[in-house]
Amino acid sequence: MALLSKKDANLILDPLADNNPITIQVLGICSALAITAELKASIVMAISVVFVLGVGNVVISLMRNIIPSKIRIIVQLVVVATLVIIVDQVLKAFAYELSKTLAVFVGLIITNCIIMGRFEAFALGNGPWKSFLDGIGNALGYGVILIIVGFFRELFGSGTLMGFKVLGDPVEKTGLYATGYENNGFMIIPPAALIVVGIIIWVQRSKNRALIEEN
Amino acid sequence: MHQLKERYKGKKMAPAFNAIHTFLYLPNETTHSGSHVRAADDLKRTMNTVIMALIPCLLFGIFNTGYQHYAAVNGFPTDFSVMEHFLTWDNFWLGALKVIPLVIVSYGVGLAIEFLFAVIKGHEVEEGYLVTGMLVPLIVPVDIPLWMLAVAIAFGVVIGKEVFGGTGMNILNPALTIRAFLFFAYPTWMSGDKVWVHEAVNLAGTADEISGETVLGFLAQNKDFAYSLSDMFYGFIPGSVGETSAFLILLGGLFLIFSKIASWRIMVSAVIGALVMAYIFNFAVDQAWIAETSKFYGLMSLEGWKHLIIGGLAFGIVYMATDPVTGAQTNRGKWIYGFLIGFISIMIRAFNPAYPEGVFLAILLMNVFAPTIDHYVVKGNIKRRMKRLKQATIHPKTTDGKAEQLKAETV
Repeated sequence: MALLSKKDANLILDPLADNNPITIQVLGICSALAITAELKASIVMAISVVFVLGVGNVVISLMRNIIPSKIRIIVQLVVVATLVIIVDQVLKAFAYELSKTLAVFVGLIITNCIIMGRFEAFALGNGPWKSFLDGIGNALGYGVILIIVGFFRELFGSGTLMGFKVLGDPVEKTGLYATGYENNGFMIIPPAALIVVGIIIWVQRSKNRALIEEN
Repeated sequence: MHQLKERYKGKKMAPAFNAIHTFLYLPNETTHSGSHVRAADDLKRTMNTVIMALIPCLLFGIFNTGYQHYAAVNGFPTDFSVMEHFLTWDNFWLGALKVIPLVIVSYGVGLAIEFLFAVIKGHEVEEGYLVTGMLVPLIVPVDIPLWMLAVAIAFGVVIGKEVFGGTGMNILNPALTIRAFLFFAYPTWMSGDKVWVHEAVNLAGTADEISGETVLGFLAQNKDFAYSLSDMFYGFIPGSVGETSAFLILLGGLFLIFSKIASWRIMVSAVIGALVMAYIFNFAVDQAWIAETSKFYGLMSLEGWKHLIIGGLAFGIVYMATDPVTGAQTNRGKWIYGFLIGFISIMIRAFNPAYPEGVFLAILLMNVFAPTIDHYVVKGNIKRRMKRLKQATIHPKTTDGKAEQLKAETV
């Protein structure tokens, strides 16, 4: 027997590609623009969101029958806020430098539309196991785009990956820099992320024409 | 060519062969349906006219590249004469060696991408890039590395134009998109006092160091400069390749106006806008609101009309702002659009801390707003006519005189 039934597997796989939160639903763009200048920050952000959304979805799903629907948004906020504070504290304890780069954006996971969106759309109406898979799937879909964008922005913008100088040293002119190559300052600024995300959307839609909207 | 075209008809590569064919010969297709107007000025003719207007700037840029280099290295001639010091074989040779590769890279990369997209998407290659490809070498510093230019052109053509659907659909002027990309991606090659004169970057820090500061650069630092008014007007000053000669740009602009290719409304209103902003600054200086030690003093105290002959303002207004695709379409919209371009250009010039030039940013900004301006102009027009229509039904007796008036106004 497979580990996951086909239906359950789709809960994880769909948001990775054909129902990606960033490129198809166009949610969570704000943090995708803000923190993807470095690959490391993108990865940490992705992991944080996987944790918050996975656990949060389970918690909301468990409580779904006892939350009065009038105050459900407040309850959701409390759950997210709690989880985000945990993430924030863990980062401050074990990766202080990185937590300074991510700064306010960890706190702003609370306002990430993907999270509230999944709580509302999925966890309130499904059991904990399915909600867990859905949460992980969506967070991974978000994380994958973040990591792709972070990869290209750091590579072309700073000539590094995870802080390693993969293209040589720009000051001492080694590696690729010896041939006259220079870092692309445009990739460091947030608008570049918008363009990279746009290109990903473009590639994705031209591969799967069913995703192109009629208008 | 005719045979090739027939042979590849309907095949995947057809657009590429058609493009070469139509470039060399008169197209042998006719419109099959609908009404058609027979006129000689098709898109190809339009583009070629603009290129003709740009050729003087290009030639001047070639000579000026050489002149600025030798003048900076050997010292400026004291008894400057155009024939002896400017139109020399040495100047031309050096300039051509530097400028022609820019042109080749510009057309090579740009047209390659145009052909690629035409083949993939199965539409005809459009003429739009012919002008862009000529504009690009004229608005970059002469020493820009060729690979950077190639990257920027790839970006500008794909992101600035092709993703929107190619020529005629783009929101931003592709040439300016390319320049903006270069400016943000490689600022060390696009600004400062070293990039405008050939070799100045390489000589920096050595005993033979030469300065290549532009007039605007001097002004931004509140320094004096040694260029006379006629130098600035005729263009014997450092700057991007083709932007320096206000005189030749003026001629090109007049040529475009008389051939009715470019809109005189945009040019005139942009000049007015620039003058208004510049004289507001002058007024502020006269009132002693700006201290002489202020870093804005140099540019704000410059007499308003002098702004027109330095930097890229003239070039931008004549060749970039008048782009029929990205500019405003309605006549009233053109006035507003042009005015704001001039106005904002001078504002950015004075207040931009990093780079004392704002024409390309102003034009890009107004490109974005052009459809909005048009929208409100059209809406205002509809409103006005609706109002008139209502009044006309209330006073049926006076319609005789009004009908004439209406006719005159609605044209």
